[in-house]
Amino acid sequence: MRGDLVVLRPEGLYCEAGGFYIDPWRPVDRAVITHAHADHARTGHRRYLAAEPAREVMHARLGRVSLQTLQWGESITQGDVRVSLFPAGHILGSAQVRIEHRGEVWVVSGDYKLEADPTCAAFEPVRCDTFITESTFGLPVYRWRPDAQTMAEIASWWADNAAGGRASVLFCYALGKAQRIQAGLAAAQALVGPIVIHGAVAAVNAAYREAGVSLPDTRTATDWRRASGGEAPLVLAPPSAAGSPWLSRFGEASLAFASGWMRVRGARRRRALDRGFVLSDHADWPGLMQAIEASGARRVIVTHGFEAAIVRHLSERGITAQALRTEFGGEAGAEADGELAAEPVGRDQAHPAIAATEPSPRQTP
Amino acid sequence: MERFASLVAALDGSNSTLDKVAAMRAYLASEPDEDCAWAVYFLAGGKPRSLVATRLLREAAREAAGVPEWLFDECYQTVGDLAETIALLLPESREAPDSRDTLAFWMQSRLLPLRDLDPESARASLIACWQRLDSWQRFVFNKLITGGLRLGVSRQLVLRALGEASGVDARLIAQRIIGFTDRQSTPDGARYRALVAPAGGDLIAGHAGALLPYPFMLAHGWEPGRADGERAADWFAEWKWDGIRVQLVRRQHGLALWSRGEELLTDRFPEIVSAGQALAPGTVLDGELLCWASGAARPMDFAAMQTRIGRLRPGPATLRQTPARLVAFDCLEHQGVDLRGQALRLRRQALLESLTLAAPDPERLCAAPALEALTWTERADLRDAARSAGAEGLMLKRLESPYVMGRSRADGGHWFKWKLDPFSVDAVLIYAQAGHGRRAGLYTDYTFAVWDGSAGEAPRLVPFAKAYSGLTDAEIREVDAIIRRTTVERFGPVRSVEPTLVFEIGFEGIARSGRHRAGVSVRFPRMLRWRRDKRVADADTLAMLQGLLATSRG
Repeated sequence: MRGDLVVLRPEGLYCEAGGFYIDPWRPVDRAVITHAHADHARTGHRRYLAAEPAREVMHARLGRVSLQTLQWGESITQGDVRVSLFPAGHILGSAQVRIEHRGEVWVVSGDYKLEADPTCAAFEPVRCDTFITESTFGLPVYRWRPDAQTMAEIASWWADNAAGGRASVLFCYALGKAQRIQAGLAAAQALVGPIVIHGAVAAVNAAYREAGVSLPDTRTATDWRRASGGEAPLVLAPPSAAGSPWLSRFGEASLAFASGWMRVRGARRRRALDRGFVLSDHADWPGLMQAIEASGARRVIVTHGFEAAIVRHLSERGITAQALRTEFGGEAGAEADGELAAEPVGRDQAHPAIAATEPSPRQTP
Repeated sequence: MERFASLVAALDGSNSTLDKVAAMRAYLASEPDEDCAWAVYFLAGGKPRSLVATRLLREAAREAAGVPEWLFDECYQTVGDLAETIALLLPESREAPDSRDTLAFWMQSRLLPLRDLDPESARASLIACWQRLDSWQRFVFNKLITGGLRLGVSRQLVLRALGEASGVDARLIAQRIIGFTDRQSTPDGARYRALVAPAGGDLIAGHAGALLPYPFMLAHGWEPGRADGERAADWFAEWKWDGIRVQLVRRQHGLALWSRGEELLTDRFPEIVSAGQALAPGTVLDGELLCWASGAARPMDFAAMQTRIGRLRPGPATLRQTPARLVAFDCLEHQGVDLRGQALRLRRQALLESLTLAAPDPERLCAAPALEALTWTERADLRDAARSAGAEGLMLKRLESPYVMGRSRADGGHWFKWKLDPFSVDAVLIYAQAGHGRRAGLYTDYTFAVWDGSAGEAPRLVPFAKAYSGLTDAEIREVDAIIRRTTVERFGPVRSVEPTLVFEIGFEGIARSGRHRAGVSVRFPRMLRWRRDKRVADADTLAMLQGLLATSRG
């Protein structure tokens, strides 16, 4: 709309008064980045601004880019606006962007969840006039259960497999979800045996540890093979590792996927998975509604996900709402294939930190 | 219910056949007979006659979940399964689940009575049932109402588990299970015990008692080159008809017509019944049911049969407009003797003998003609002529083969269908809709259009077929992404897209139709391949479809 503080341009979400973009998908001069997932943090911008806790993962993902960081709540002046960042609870360093211009406040949520996560700061509601929210899981069928319950389910599946002499392969996004699972299982004292991690996960683990996040001990596949006393491992790998030779070394295995999409049975069945664990770093339907309410916003702009459903639902409750078409991963039901493809395993040579830290199976003795 | 829901979870949670059989075996070995009866009924594909109208089920769910209709529909479109959508939307129940009652109790005392309740009581009863169940159990409960568990469990697998649990030969159980899932019947402990009773002379007697058919024999697809090294004289050839496969069972005290899906069709085809009465008791014929006007050289197309099969009690007009004919090609029981172990050569003689003796109205019941083609080359020519005979290809059968259940692998197979190559046209994808089940949330069901330039105006795309099969999973994901990118408009679950994708669409037949915008309807359309090499402007035209219509008329 004319006069809006944040508008959509071909490059991405743009704040004209501040002269910067938020998570742009085409190269720009000044980019404020909500978090380090590949559909939000792209290469090629001249200058980056992100939250201080995101520093290590940003560099791990993007290389040595020109990166300025802000502490939580610290504000700086950009053009005519004040910009500050607040925790979004999605992954380590994920931020909501607060923009203030002549007394008007806008908040861009990026991706967020309200559940506690031991690997990142908890979502913090920010009062604003206009709230731009994601809607990845914006339907009432998406409701998450307490983390402890999901961790217990994972542990029990792992224990069953171990008893049957099978490896437990759990596909999960390498950045964020994998660390949340490791920390969650450790916190629940639910480590049945060794955790073996894929190279893509190892690279992110290193960045998390560098940033001060505590994670349990893990092994590479090679270490596991050398040291193996026959203990059945929990293998954490990105979805793109499915069917790879790397995976075949674990022999007989039960395959599972940890994702909010697993809430729907068909999503699991078409992947021929044995199990689906419902674990998401995005807000569920009640979470979205709670965040929208807590923002106190008079106007809500809905992006990437089930925009239409949320807009209609809010409108029926007298809240001004509209949809905005962005290019962030995962349109409704698209299963965040963008996010899946964005997992840089093997095919993405641009990230030296992630380039094969694992020898190919042929080289292992 | 709790145990059955756990069994469903175990079947759903594994992709291993061994695990699935083990889970069923454990259930059958430990649960009461009445529960085993119901479990087998549902696992083998049974579905009770409508218990609750779908509309009522949806209303009760919306009420319990506090969700408006439009939002419920949005959810359903994403989840792609009604039973699951409801289970996901219902709030956690406040009380602890109380689902210990047996499956048979749930069926007899809670589910089956729903049928006789007025809408208000049925709604209250549904909500009360949901409150007793946890989220997964609600899904299973809803599935018992909506049908179609789809657990990757074939009937064959159920038979294996039954065999292992009871120690009875699974082939014998396969005989006995016929009719078990029939809609008119209700499973109970006695029927389950009869299913798994030790072997002993019940075969023919049991069959005769219930007018039951035999397990159907099926055909493989004929591969080019399959004839190499085979003597043409060892093979019998007949037309492959595009009708409904049936067995006509004539015994001492009655007559029954069964479809391959084990549905009893007797009441729907009175003309076949009256023709079949002429057969001597103790006769079972296998054949193809077609709509065929008296004196016509070829059957009507399949659309006629589709309409006809929907008429549960056809009136005189229906019988006049779409009379049925059973073209029998096999005789499984003759003079009360099971012939299935004998060679086709002998069964064919028995077939001709039965029909000659009985002399039924040949317009309604006749033997499939043997095709006189003595070399493979002649047969290939015949196959090419199938379309003008109103057939969809040739059947080739080994003259020395027995009649076995399913698709025999012995000697490389006994029965083969050698179908005509499908018709094919290049068409443009213009609408898409999300799929169901494992394709939920993915755009997998497409509408295709061809160019119509007949009006003398600029050519426009007219839809002529819907198709959803033929693509690989990788292609589906790619097409799904393109559909999302190129969406023009949404109408409920359907999206219109910019015309950018061309596919080669194959189909088996084509008929004139007043109900389709293109003026033609096609039979069994599917995607043969994605023509990435073709531009939208290169797609075929309505004129070409009309040309095919002319060809198919012979």
